[in-house]
Amino acid sequence: MTYLKDIAKIIRSKNAGPFEVTMDIIFQNEEDYRRVLDSGVINRELVSKLYHIDPGKIITLSSFDAARAIKITLPRPRKQGSIGETDMHAAQQHVPLMLIELP
Amino acid sequence: MKKDLLRVLVPSGMLGYGFPLDSFNRGLAMNPDFISVDSGSTDSGPQKLALGSMTCTRSAYTEEMEILIRAGLEHHIPVFISSAGGDGTNQHVEIFADIARELAHKNGWKLNMALIYADIDKEIVRKKLGEGKVQPCGPVDSLTAQDVDDATVIVAQMGAEPYLKVLRENPKINLIISGRSYDPAPMAAMALHNGFPAGLAWHMGKILECGGLCTEPSSRCMVGELHQEYFDLIPLGDKERCTPYSVAAHTLYEKTHPYLLPGPGGTLDLSGSKFEPVTEKIVRVSGSQFRPADPYTVKLEGAKRCGYRCICVAGIRDPILISQIDPFLDSVRELVNGLPAEQREGSQLIFHVYGKNGVMGDLEPNSDFVPQELCVIVEVAAPTPQAAQEVCNRVRIGLLHNPYEGRMATSGNIGLPFTPLEIPLGEVCAFNVYHLMQVDDPAALFPIQYIEVK
Repeated sequence: MTYLKDIAKIIRSKNAGPFEVTMDIIFQNEEDYRRVLDSGVINRELVSKLYHIDPGKIITLSSFDAARAIKITLPRPRKQGSIGETDMHAAQQHVPLMLIELP
Repeated sequence: MKKDLLRVLVPSGMLGYGFPLDSFNRGLAMNPDFISVDSGSTDSGPQKLALGSMTCTRSAYTEEMEILIRAGLEHHIPVFISSAGGDGTNQHVEIFADIARELAHKNGWKLNMALIYADIDKEIVRKKLGEGKVQPCGPVDSLTAQDVDDATVIVAQMGAEPYLKVLRENPKINLIISGRSYDPAPMAAMALHNGFPAGLAWHMGKILECGGLCTEPSSRCMVGELHQEYFDLIPLGDKERCTPYSVAAHTLYEKTHPYLLPGPGGTLDLSGSKFEPVTEKIVRVSGSQFRPADPYTVKLEGAKRCGYRCICVAGIRDPILISQIDPFLDSVRELVNGLPAEQREGSQLIFHVYGKNGVMGDLEPNSDFVPQELCVIVEVAAPTPQAAQEVCNRVRIGLLHNPYEGRMATSGNIGLPFTPLEIPLGEVCAFNVYHLMQVDDPAALFPIQYIEVK
């Protein structure tokens, strides 16, 4: 079984402003990028399942060829830096993506 | 006025975070036309806007401003410092202006300085709200009059226009200190002032406002060389280099969308951008477009105070307790619910259970993992510091002594590392204004003050 973490170069999460978390998956080469993109494995249903979110609330699920990157942006699970915060910079919310199984 | 080349020196992505002097001096030797550094971010939380704290210490800002202003004066080029103090409030513009005055007096400098303010009168926001000209920026609740009242202060991110106004009105300016600014705005303004295309102006600003984050490995000091058809990104460290890939990948960083970047007055569209190597260190970017928006909007930012916090840090090693941590914590929560109403009124209790799901909470994918140890951080928020401490104290006692199924260790359930056992954290805040406001005149919202220091 190959996981996304085995072939991606960067899998990261970060605030995009205080109300959104954005995740970037960046690949080492064109071949790996195309393999994952063309497989369609990263889709709205999967993101919805991994992040317990209504597919309609996904803000961005898009790719950028120049960076060999896939981007996912979601509403932040809670307001940044307020009561109950667990991750101020949203820098550790990428882990479910690492374990995506590739066909 | 149309120039063929505009060169900017950026010491780092954040004033106060430090930068290597040898790289900076290498940049100065390339004869830049101006120096630009940003100081703003909402990234470390709402407390700056709500409580007036700054991202770095006054002494860290002073040390770097002395280097930058001296370099600007010696090379007869202006220095731009944006989003003073992190949040870019008027209060922090004043502190930065005081630092500049002190440095001028200490060094015998003559400064021709502009201050651009970004606090927005709440009356203006209320009026625009009434006219339906304020909309959420992203997944945010609609703004209410109550939010406007609750916010300690409201700032707006300025676009290029206030900087353009200063450059037109006062061509001999040495130093511009601005309140909250869209990060690329100062660099974009200088480029637009000199007749460069908007798409390249904003894109170069967008990349370089982060200093050398676009290099491999990431660095601080950068030079950008803007031409009419493209711009070049030049790292100043020995080891760092820009590659088409490192620059393109940086474009994504902290952004909602990979190639559409909305800002004041329009959207930067990178779908047609080209990233090409010039040397093994330098990358050339072309093809970026700016799409003006109608109406023009600015982003408002504000935060409110929402009470006081007290925490308790507890370690758990006993496997019998670890195996039933959820029902055990429920039993402690019950204890708090049983407190007299006046004692727990308005309080919130959150257990952060490190070792289980402390970082991801309900989103933790691996929910069955049984760890050797747990760290439970008790977070209590309440309207007063006393109430927060009192409820935290009750929770701590519950954690320490509440019984659980099969308990063998009857002298205490948790290991407490710190005194005080309940640790007051001070005030807790929340962003409550993050909205787009339509404006008619994007310069008029941001008052400019000129100051001569002799």
